[in-house]
Amino acid sequence: MGGDGLFEDVDLTWVKRKGTAFYLLCLASSLFGIVMLGFLILDVLYEAALGPIEFEISLTTFLTDPASRHPEQAGYLGAILGSVWLMVLTVILSFFIGVGSAIYLEEYAPDTRITRLIEANLTNLAGVPSIVYGLLVLAVFVNGFTLGSILLAGSIALALLVMPIIIVSSQEALRAVPSGMRDGSSATGATRWQTIRHVVLPAAIPGIMTGTILALARAIGETAPLIMVGAILSAIRLPSGPFDSFGSMPTQIYYWATAPGPEWGHLAAMAIVVLLAVMLSMNAAAVLLRNRYEKDL
Amino acid sequence: MSSQEQTQSNAELEIETEIQSERSDRETRADEPVLEVRELDVHYGDERALQPVNADIPEKKVTAIIGPSGCGKSTFLRCVNRMNDQIDVCSVGGELYFHGKNVYDDDVDPVALRRKIGQVFQRPNPFPKSIYDNVAYGLRIQGKTDDLDTRVERALRRAALWSEVEDRLDESALDLSGGQQQRLCIARAIAPDPEVLLMDEPASALDPIATAKVEDLIEDLAENYTVVIVTHNMQQAARISDKTAVFLTGGELVEFDDTTTIFENPANQAVEDYITGKFG
Ligand SMILES: Nc1ncnc2c1ncn2[C@@H]1O[C@H](COP(=O)(O)OP(=O)(O)OP(=O)(O)O)[C@@H](O)[C@H]1O
Ligand SMILES: [Mg+2]
Repeated sequence: MGGDGLFEDVDLTWVKRKGTAFYLLCLASSLFGIVMLGFLILDVLYEAALGPIEFEISLTTFLTDPASRHPEQAGYLGAILGSVWLMVLTVILSFFIGVGSAIYLEEYAPDTRITRLIEANLTNLAGVPSIVYGLLVLAVFVNGFTLGSILLAGSIALALLVMPIIIVSSQEALRAVPSGMRDGSSATGATRWQTIRHVVLPAAIPGIMTGTILALARAIGETAPLIMVGAILSAIRLPSGPFDSFGSMPTQIYYWATAPGPEWGHLAAMAIVVLLAVMLSMNAAAVLLRNRYEKDL
Repeated sequence: MSSQEQTQSNAELEIETEIQSERSDRETRADEPVLEVRELDVHYGDERALQPVNADIPEKKVTAIIGPSGCGKSTFLRCVNRMNDQIDVCSVGGELYFHGKNVYDDDVDPVALRRKIGQVFQRPNPFPKSIYDNVAYGLRIQGKTDDLDTRVERALRRAALWSEVEDRLDESALDLSGGQQQRLCIARAIAPDPEVLLMDEPASALDPIATAKVEDLIEDLAENYTVVIVTHNMQQAARISDKTAVFLTGGELVEFDDTTTIFENPANQAVEDYITGKFG
C-alpha cells in the first residue's frame, strides 16, 4: 500500500458536504410532491369506497344510468357520454387546424418579425385561463350566433383551449425532424409538399399524437369553460348529439361535491376516481407512444 | 459479377436499353462542359463563404474538389443543384450554366433541376423508413414506379450494399451502421438516374473495402454520368478524378486543372503546399 497521503493536499470535505445537502434538498422536494399526491389519491379512493359500502350506492346504477335527484338512483353515464362527445368533437375541431398551423409556421412561413410575433403569442395563448375561452364562446357562439348551450358550443370552447397547446407541441415535433432528412428528400427532386407528406410528417406524427393526447387529457378535466358556456351541471339524461344540451364529468363532480347531504360527497369521490382513471390512461398512452417511437429518430 | 449480369431479368434489360438511349442523346453534346460556373459567389448573411468561382466541369468525367475544412466545398456543391435556396441567410451571386442554361434564372424550377442533379450529403441522412422504401423514395416521388424492385436492387448493388441487406429490405434504415447508411444514401441518390451526381465525402465513414467499392462505383458512374465529388483524401482524389479543383481558406478556388497536373505539377505554390501536407 504505497502512496499513503498521495491525495492529502486535495480537500474535498466542504464541496462534498454541500453536494450532499443539495441532494437531500432535491430529494425532499420531490418526495413532498409525491406524498401529497399519494394522500390525495388515497383520500379519494377511501371516500369513493364508502359510497357502495356504507350508503349502498349501486355500482351498476352508477355506471349505466344518468344522474338523478335521488342519490341511490344517480348514475354517471350521462356525464361520461357528455365528456366522450366533447372529446371527439374537440379533436375534430382542433387537430387538423392545429397541425395545419404548425406545419405552416415550421415548414412554410418565412422567418419574419410577423411570424415570430405569431409564435410568441401562441405560447401566450396556451397560458390564457380557461374561463376566458368559455366567456368568448358564450359571447360569440352561444349568444352571438344563438347556438344556445349545446354540446358543440362546449367543444368549441375546449378546442380553442387546446389548440395553442397542439400547435406548440406539433411545432416542437416538426422541429425535431433533422434538417438533413428534408435535404435528402428535396435533393431527390421532391417538392416541398412531397417532402412534408412523405418524410417530415411520418417522422413527426408520434410527437404530434403525444402532444395532442396530453392536451386532451387537460381538456377533459376542464370545468370552468363548460359552466360558462352553460353545461347542465347534473346530467339527468344521456346527450343525443352535438346539438343537444349536455353535461360532463367535471361539471357533474362539481354539482355532486357541492350538493348537501353525505351521499353526494361519496358520489363525487366515485366520479373523481373515474375521471382520474381516464386522465391517467390518456397520459400513459402518450408516454407509451413517445417511448415506442422516440428511438427511431 | 458476369454471371449475375447474365441472369438479369428482361425488365432490367429494358431499363438498361432505355437508359442507353437517353445516354446516346447526351453523347451528342459530349464535348461541351456540362456545368459552366461564372463568377459564382456565396454569402451567408454578411459573411462571404465563396470568392467568385469560375470553372468548366466536363461531362461524364469525375471532378474532385479538395481543400481544408471550412473552405466552402460543401457550399459550392449545394450551389449546383440550388440546395442553398433552402437556407434563409444564404445568397448566391453570379451564374451557373447547366447545358448552357443558367440554373439561377427565374424560370428554372429547382425541383426539376434536382431531378437531373442528384446529391449525396456529407452526413448520412436516411429516412426513418425501411431500407427498400429509402432507395425507392426518389423513384416513387418522380413517378418512375415500373420495375421498382429491379431498380432498387440495381441501385443497391451498385452502391455495394446489396449483399449486406438483401434479406432485410423491410427493416428500418436507421438500424444500419454509419457506413451502411452512407452507401444507402448513395443508392437512394443514384436510383432515379440523375444526370449529374454531387457527392460530399461519400466515403468518409467507410472501411477500405467499402471505400474501394464506392470508388469502383464512381468510375463506373463516370461512363454515363457526371460526378462531382468532395473528398478529404488526396489519394482518393488522385485515383478517381479526371479534374481537380482546389479551394483554400477564404472560399477561393485557387486552382482547377487536370488531376495529373494538380498532383504532379501544380501552378500555385499554396496548392503544392496543401497537397504535400505542408498546409491545412
Ligand atoms: N448554413 C450556414 N449558415 C452560415 N454559415 C455557413 C452555413 N454553412 C456553412 N457556413 C459557413 O461557410 C463556410 C464554408 O462551409 P462549408 O460547409 O462549405 O465548408 P466545407 O469546405 O464543406 O468544410 P468541411 O470540409 O469541414 O465539410 C464555413 O465558414 C461555414 O461556417
Ligand atoms: Mg463540407
